Amino acid sequence: MSILVDEKTRVVVQGITGNEGMFHSRQMVEYGTKVVAGVTPGKGGQKIEGIPVFNTVSEAVKKTDANASAIFVPPAFAADAVLEAADAGSSVIVCLTEGIPTLDMVVVRQYLKDRRSHLIGPNTPGIISPGKCKIGVMAGYIHMPGKIGIISRSGTLTYEVVDQLTKKGLGQSTCVGIGGDQIIGLNYVDLLEMFEKDEGTDAVIMIGEIGGTAEEEAAEFIEKKMKKPVVAFIAGLTAPPGRRMGHAGAIIASGKGTAKEKMEALERAGVRVVRNPALVGEEMQAILRKQRA
Amino acid sequence: MKIHEYQAKEILKAHGVPVPKGSVARTPEEARRIAEEIGAKRIVVKAQIHAGGRGKGGGVRIVRAPEEAEKAAKEILGMTLVTPQTGPAGRVVRKVLVEEGVDIKEELYLGVVIDRSKASPVIMASREGGVEIEKVAAEAPEKIIKEWVDPSVGLRPFQANKIGYGLGFEPNLMGPIRTVITGLYKSFYENDCLLAEINPLVLTADGRLIALDAKMNIDDNGLFRHKEVVGLRDLNEEAPLEIEASKYNLSYIKLDGNVGCMVNGAGLAMATMDIIKLSGAEPANFLDVGGGANVEMVKNGFKILMSDPGVKTVLINIFGGILRCDTLAKGVIEAASEVKVNVPVVVRLEGTNVEEGRRLLNSSSLHFTVAMGMKEAAEKVVEALKSAEGIGQSA
Repeated sequence: MSILVDEKTRVVVQGITGNEGMFHSRQMVEYGTKVVAGVTPGKGGQKIEGIPVFNTVSEAVKKTDANASAIFVPPAFAADAVLEAADAGSSVIVCLTEGIPTLDMVVVRQYLKDRRSHLIGPNTPGIISPGKCKIGVMAGYIHMPGKIGIISRSGTLTYEVVDQLTKKGLGQSTCVGIGGDQIIGLNYVDLLEMFEKDEGTDAVIMIGEIGGTAEEEAAEFIEKKMKKPVVAFIAGLTAPPGRRMGHAGAIIASGKGTAKEKMEALERAGVRVVRNPALVGEEMQAILRKQRA
Repeated sequence: MKIHEYQAKEILKAHGVPVPKGSVARTPEEARRIAEEIGAKRIVVKAQIHAGGRGKGGGVRIVRAPEEAEKAAKEILGMTLVTPQTGPAGRVVRKVLVEEGVDIKEELYLGVVIDRSKASPVIMASREGGVEIEKVAAEAPEKIIKEWVDPSVGLRPFQANKIGYGLGFEPNLMGPIRTVITGLYKSFYENDCLLAEINPLVLTADGRLIALDAKMNIDDNGLFRHKEVVGLRDLNEEAPLEIEASKYNLSYIKLDGNVGCMVNGAGLAMATMDIIKLSGAEPANFLDVGGGANVEMVKNGFKILMSDPGVKTVLINIFGGILRCDTLAKGVIEAASEVKVNVPVVVRLEGTNVEEGRRLLNSSSLHFTVAMGMKEAAEKVVEALKSAEGIGQSA
């Protein structure tokens, strides 16, 4: 099993005629994802790699029964693309775009409140349920089907951890990049809840970083509601305050959002917090061994 | 992006928020002329740098005549101002704000920030002004009034009333406080700010509300739709290597350690800094060449590392995904052939086409130590640092 996306997921790629959209559509198809449609206003009727292109998402959904969106649209138009996907009823919307204005995301979140769409991102590598479906830009081959769920605010740091797991023979149920921006769609708490319910997931790895309070909120949830083991790594122990560390959301603002605070909150909630990023896989293996013994 | 106090006040003024009469000066003569124009009994001369706590560092003077304003400006301009927020190196002052002095009856706080958890702008107000609001939030959170704004309806008059009455103001102050709150929120929203703050907002002896100090941080991601705001960037406030990096779309932050690092992806870059520290050394920088870096970006990133005199060893940590390791190896080799590399370099490559990448590095004429895994990479770079320092000491 897995969460959010699997072999039944049918993807429409918004911005399929752009360089990024085209390249990653091909990669997703190669991985086995069912990419059933593309959307670029004004380019309806074309075909990209045999995939039909439509002018609007709602038309694409009507004609192809797509139920998920992948958004490869430039920052200035990306918020609108998310709204369009939600309007068309996409149940999972993955927004890969980096650089969307924060206030645009404020509007998007407000709009999504009363709708059933799950937004992943923006500024995310995407989501993958290994062997079933990949919506995003991650290299598929480093993953392996299995029972570890991953939730992360980062891209390549997630690959690092996935690689550690795969090399130890620990496969993944679903890996979700929630995005590096200040305002994002699904957060740790939403996904921890899904992983807790998912029969195909035995344990969860949380990869966090400085900025905001999402990790602290996750800690509260874990303490109250989670039975499955959680291992966490928080990046940015050495990050200086007041500076944005690459991700728009990775900033210690007014002394709040430090790695130390987050680690302590998670530890208090019973999470195994790993200090060394090279040892996340090892720690997960140790916990699973102990549990099975 | 940060902007100066005087720039923030100009934006506030344009949105109807009362600010003290005054203007920015770049020379002592200019300061005198502005003081003459103001014609007030008391004149304030304030250093303009992107950091708070300027008063404590001697960057704010209160004087009584235009000649004194000129003298104060002469002393402040060109000085290296050290405040709790600048760090020990301080900042050189290049501009001063010359303003009329105000009779302060009470200092208040008014600010707008993004509440990340609620995904909404929030207005915060407090009668405890003039001090850091974080301190108030920690010690007496009940003294802060919060009002969230739904962007689809915007800030409503009743919300400004809630804040005004919540602060305990008399009805005669409702008009002025509504004007200030509305003006501040508009300044925030229309310029894509992440923070807009008036601290202190002062109530004068004659019953007026005036923004005495102002601070704004603007969302870099929103700058594309505010060409006029882009012009407010002050390169003097940024580290030279950081400006250089921004030209190539590299995310670089200078730190105080001596292990330079170059990584693809922000999370992995932070984790790399952390593991360097964990292994017993200090990172010299944060450098993210991007999750999908190309040869050109790797090359420029490497050049920036080499131009930092603090860097004694380098750790390159790349996890190739869609981007192939052989491409990255080529970038590093190309960069190293163009700039003089006189420090040990440890490279850790993983991911797509890793064997070809490692083969290229090993067969190049350059001396790289190739490490397997992040842990080994960090250990090797610290080892290299120690032996480099050993050589330095014996020489």
